[in-house]
Amino acid sequence: MSAPPPVIRCADVGCTFGKDDGSAVTALDRLSFDIGRHEFVAVLGPSGCGKSTLLRLIAGLVAPSTGRVEIYGTAVTEPRDEVGIVFQRPVLLPWFDVLGNVVFPLRHKYGRVTAAEREQARELLRLVELREFADAHMDDLSGGMQQRVAIARALLLDPEILLMDEPFSALDALTRDEMSFELLRIWSDRPKTVLFITHSIPEAVLLSDRIIVMTPRPGSVREILDVPLPRPRSLSTLSDPAFHALANHIRSRLFTRHAA
Amino acid sequence: MPPEAAAAAPPNRAPLGRRVVALLDRYAPGIAFAALIAFWEIGCRVFRVPTFLLPSPSLIVAGAFEQTPAVWLGHIWATLRVALMGYAAAILISVPLAVALASSRLLSRTLYPLIVIVHSTPIVAIAPIIVVTLGASDLPRVVITFLITFFPIVVTTTTGLMAVPEELIELSRSLRAGRRREMLHIRLPFALPYIFSALRISTTLAVVGAVVAEFVAAERGLGYFIQFSTSFFKINQGFAALLILVTISLVFFQTIGIVQRIFAPWSLPKSER
Repeated sequence: MSAPPPVIRCADVGCTFGKDDGSAVTALDRLSFDIGRHEFVAVLGPSGCGKSTLLRLIAGLVAPSTGRVEIYGTAVTEPRDEVGIVFQRPVLLPWFDVLGNVVFPLRHKYGRVTAAEREQARELLRLVELREFADAHMDDLSGGMQQRVAIARALLLDPEILLMDEPFSALDALTRDEMSFELLRIWSDRPKTVLFITHSIPEAVLLSDRIIVMTPRPGSVREILDVPLPRPRSLSTLSDPAFHALANHIRSRLFTRHAA
Repeated sequence: MPPEAAAAAPPNRAPLGRRVVALLDRYAPGIAFAALIAFWEIGCRVFRVPTFLLPSPSLIVAGAFEQTPAVWLGHIWATLRVALMGYAAAILISVPLAVALASSRLLSRTLYPLIVIVHSTPIVAIAPIIVVTLGASDLPRVVITFLITFFPIVVTTTTGLMAVPEELIELSRSLRAGRRREMLHIRLPFALPYIFSALRISTTLAVVGAVVAEFVAAERGLGYFIQFSTSFFKINQGFAALLILVTISLVFFQTIGIVQRIFAPWSLPKSER
């Protein structure tokens, strides 16, 4: 009996964009990795290394120029129901209240929302600790709370895969740390296969099982690191010597141009 | 200062200056308006300005009473009818047109230059032609009003439809909701603040359009009345009609604000809700 296919597989993926002046920009070059079920994988790299493009490839929003992106062993040719996305900005809809924003994917996809689905959305609001804010409007929420709503919205259709595109990078430092632990709590409550894009080394080390370190443009895999820190992780993880050892290792790799 | 004096001072004495400023802030527009009217009235009387050059405010009010209310209502209704129909036509045509422009690059590339050409044509100049072509009814006047009104609605609505954050469009695509729902659930509501500001700008244009149309061909309406009364040197009656036009414009403008506050309060800046 052969092993089940990985949840996400990228095989020799390249992505080239044509520009208006006829020239081409290679965003990603020969990228290969597998992500297993309920694994938390961080993608770490400098700005402009094609991290976001990688996320959009897996989401089926962009087609690869070369190679294959697979989910459960079948090629991704269009967006799939197994995937939920959290963007860098919460991009909530100001004309809906919080609950309306959480149920929006259902309304948008099927044109209607049942009472049972609303109850499900309330359950998600409890999960992200915004139970009392179901009727609140966007102006009344802080940046961190808005991103919690965006996470609840991404979980509504109960996707197997959660793609997160630097979801906390627009938040202030304190909120950002708080949200990292919140995400770990949510993830342990609702295990998902997570691809978490970030340019923060501590964030990547704290959250993930493995870290894909990328090279600058054109983006490619520099190395894939296991994070040997035990779970569940907490504030004390941040003072673990292994945490700092790994963070320092990555830092030295990222700042060395000719790393092996 | 002895301590008793300080204690005896009323507690609200310190912010008096601020209270005056606050009162001034509140009533300054009204005071300025009243001052302007008074200045006008006094100026006209002191310098004995001939009525056919500039009637005083009191003469304008007197002029308003030289016509019966029924006559005024007839003219008001004629102008209002044309302005409202032209305005409604502009909305009904411009918003779907903006949706088409925002949906298709080909349509946008084809139609946009035509729209700009129509807008660049001096409508006052082609108004007589439109009247000859379309005959003697409300129709040419409505068309002229429409032509003057529609452009800001098309351009601003298109801008709003295109200003949706890329992530929301990606969210829609990741849900495979389809282009129709993307337009109805995301782009159009997102464009509402833009649409409402265009609708506000267009209210005054609709009144301008109706008056221009009446200048060219009409036997009723406030624009017609102004032309008619000035040709008989009844300048004060012309001014009275002008006053009514300004009032119509203001009411029209405010109404759109009220509609927005009722139906889409979120689209207003927080201070205006």
